Amino acid sequence: MNLPFIKKFSTKALIILISSELAAVVTGPPGNGDTPWVGFHDSITQKASFFGLFVTGRWALFYAIGIISYLAVHFFKKLNSNNSAMDSLRSQYSSVAKNKYFKLAAVLVIGVLAILLPTVITDPFWREAMVSQIAVFVLLALGLNVVVGFAGLLDLGFVAFYAVGAYATAWCTGALPMPPIFGSHVNPFFAIPIAIILAMVAGVILGIPTLRLRGDYLAIVTLGFGEIITLFANNLTGITGGAQGTKQVPHFSLHIGPLKYIWGLDPVPYYYLVIGFVILFIFIFYSLEHSRVGRAWTAIREDEVAAESLGINPLKYKVMAFAIGAASAGFAGVMTAAQSNFLTPATFTLALSINILVLVIFGGMGSIFGVVFGAIVIQTITMYLIHTPPAGYQPPDLYIYIGALLVIMMIFRPGGLFPARRRQRADVATSSLENSNG
Amino acid sequence: MLEVKNAVVRYGAITALHGISLEVNKGEIVTLLGANGAGKSTTLRMLSGLQAAQEGQILFEGVDIANTKPHNFTALGISHVPEGRRIFPQMTVEENLDMGAYSRKDSYVDDIEKMFIMFPILKDRRKQLGGNLSGGEQQMLAIARALMSRPRLLLLDEPSMGLAPMIIESIFQIIGDIRETGTTVFLVEQNASQALRLADRGYVMENGRIAFSDKASNLLNDPRVRAVYLGESA
Ligand SMILES: Nc1ncnc2c1ncn2[C@@H]1O[C@H](COP(=O)(O)OP(=O)(O)OP(=O)(O)O)[C@@H](O)[C@H]1O
Ligand SMILES: [Mg+2]
Repeated sequence: MNLPFIKKFSTKALIILISSELAAVVTGPPGNGDTPWVGFHDSITQKASFFGLFVTGRWALFYAIGIISYLAVHFFKKLNSNNSAMDSLRSQYSSVAKNKYFKLAAVLVIGVLAILLPTVITDPFWREAMVSQIAVFVLLALGLNVVVGFAGLLDLGFVAFYAVGAYATAWCTGALPMPPIFGSHVNPFFAIPIAIILAMVAGVILGIPTLRLRGDYLAIVTLGFGEIITLFANNLTGITGGAQGTKQVPHFSLHIGPLKYIWGLDPVPYYYLVIGFVILFIFIFYSLEHSRVGRAWTAIREDEVAAESLGINPLKYKVMAFAIGAASAGFAGVMTAAQSNFLTPATFTLALSINILVLVIFGGMGSIFGVVFGAIVIQTITMYLIHTPPAGYQPPDLYIYIGALLVIMMIFRPGGLFPARRRQRADVATSSLENSNG
Repeated sequence: MLEVKNAVVRYGAITALHGISLEVNKGEIVTLLGANGAGKSTTLRMLSGLQAAQEGQILFEGVDIANTKPHNFTALGISHVPEGRRIFPQMTVEENLDMGAYSRKDSYVDDIEKMFIMFPILKDRRKQLGGNLSGGEQQMLAIARALMSRPRLLLLDEPSMGLAPMIIESIFQIIGDIRETGTTVFLVEQNASQALRLADRGYVMENGRIAFSDKASNLLNDPRVRAVYLGESA
């Protein structure tokens, strides 16, 4: 008999069982003072539905989710480890071209799918969500990935740049009490460069004094910055409109010669606009990652002192990461302002900053493909739960589900769904080391 | 080439260097010896800008570099191999060497080949991650990476730390070779006997001060050095 195998297998099964039942209990019905055990008992035994597909006891449902997530992760790991084992065998330089064509093909396929998507999705809820809750969050995740994934700086107030972009749009289009620069009723298209530049300037302003700080201190200061921006939006009523929000922000429109087009209430034209910019930002960020700047970010992330003594100015590149990351958040702000026509400070919360960070961690810090995919997956799950809540689902439960997903992810796949090349290679390197030792 | 005059370094209330003076001439190997905590690494960090000197002067080729930012030192011609090597763990050997040439604008492909000739083991490990190299290999990579910027002055902080005698031997041999190629070397060491056999001159540091200095051959026979650093009773 193959005893070690059975032992290993049952240990995994036990871990999945325990973590699933924990998730079942924490998301289950509450007990009360008189019968404290009822909540616990019901959490396990109550009937629940799996996204409306089938109904079973909660304990079985959560165990099934646990096993499915494990298998999914296991499968991905296998796929990836094959890839990266080959990767480490192939010469780095000679494989670049081959890899490039494969990547290009994958990107083209995804691009075509993205273009066809609105013909498949007709439900108005999903058409709206596709733009304002998924594509915009892809932009935000892409931007935060530059800061957290490339440069290794923990930013807990990323929502600030999103807010700057959104309020800049409202300002340019005359929707704020503060008078606009170019007269009122300017097309939001003209706000795009201004919003992006202002968001980048905010990145520089926050960056220069704070990026001398390291680790925890930086996280705390960025957290504070996020809160300050929200407080400004809330309290500077004469400038931002305060808690009541802004006036009406106009839709995008095009008037070039005979060509006239107005983006209206239909989300689909917005979808194509935002997809165009997503592609643009992916292209820019990808090129940066593989440039001198990207190498400097990697070096700083891995060892700041070593990077500095090799001639890299850490402050310069960190501020750059902040400003560049802020650019896509600034554009996301333009989209939100123009599409929803209306802003309130309540949109730009700490919870949103954390939400964006979760997308990046879940997808794979430092991996552009990973964070795009992560943003799509998590935001789709979120929207699904809002649109078709399973029996007994309460809106605040969302964070418990996402939290549980993240915990499971960190246990089985600490690098995220699609880990960045470097983190992936570390896996292989350590395993080959183990092999050579054992 | 390098001249330090009465340099003082304080870490808050602690004074690590109480006004040290030293000199390194072109083409020399000069070693700085001292016990743990004497201030050797502090001196080296001061010489590469990683630690500011509160008082005193640091002249490199006649120019005061006391206020130069650390990232400008490779461009000046000074390269620092820090204590503990500080290899980029997730970069391959080749990528680490690439980073060493970061401040250069010209092509450095030949330099990588030169490094592979000087350190053949690195050529065999070129695709391996820095973090997975052995201690000796990491030390060699750290030195090679520092040489990629073609420094005129190389600062080495305890290259023999934690290595087997055989490896130390070969690293010291390579340091000798580096000097032959025209690079001046300032070597911090605790391994006094080997450092003194290689160096032209030596400084001995105690509690943040230069206690004494002399030609290396004299120091090797100096009873004070023999007692403290070479483990002999005076
Ligand atoms: N960043 C720092 N903050 C405060 N004190 C420091 C700092 N770095 C070094 N010191 C102190 O300065 C003194 C000199 O330290 P340094 O690292 O230069 O010694 P060293 O001679 O290199 O010792 P070793 O041989 O152990 O490396 C020590 O007393 C040390 O505690
Ligand atoms: Mg030291």
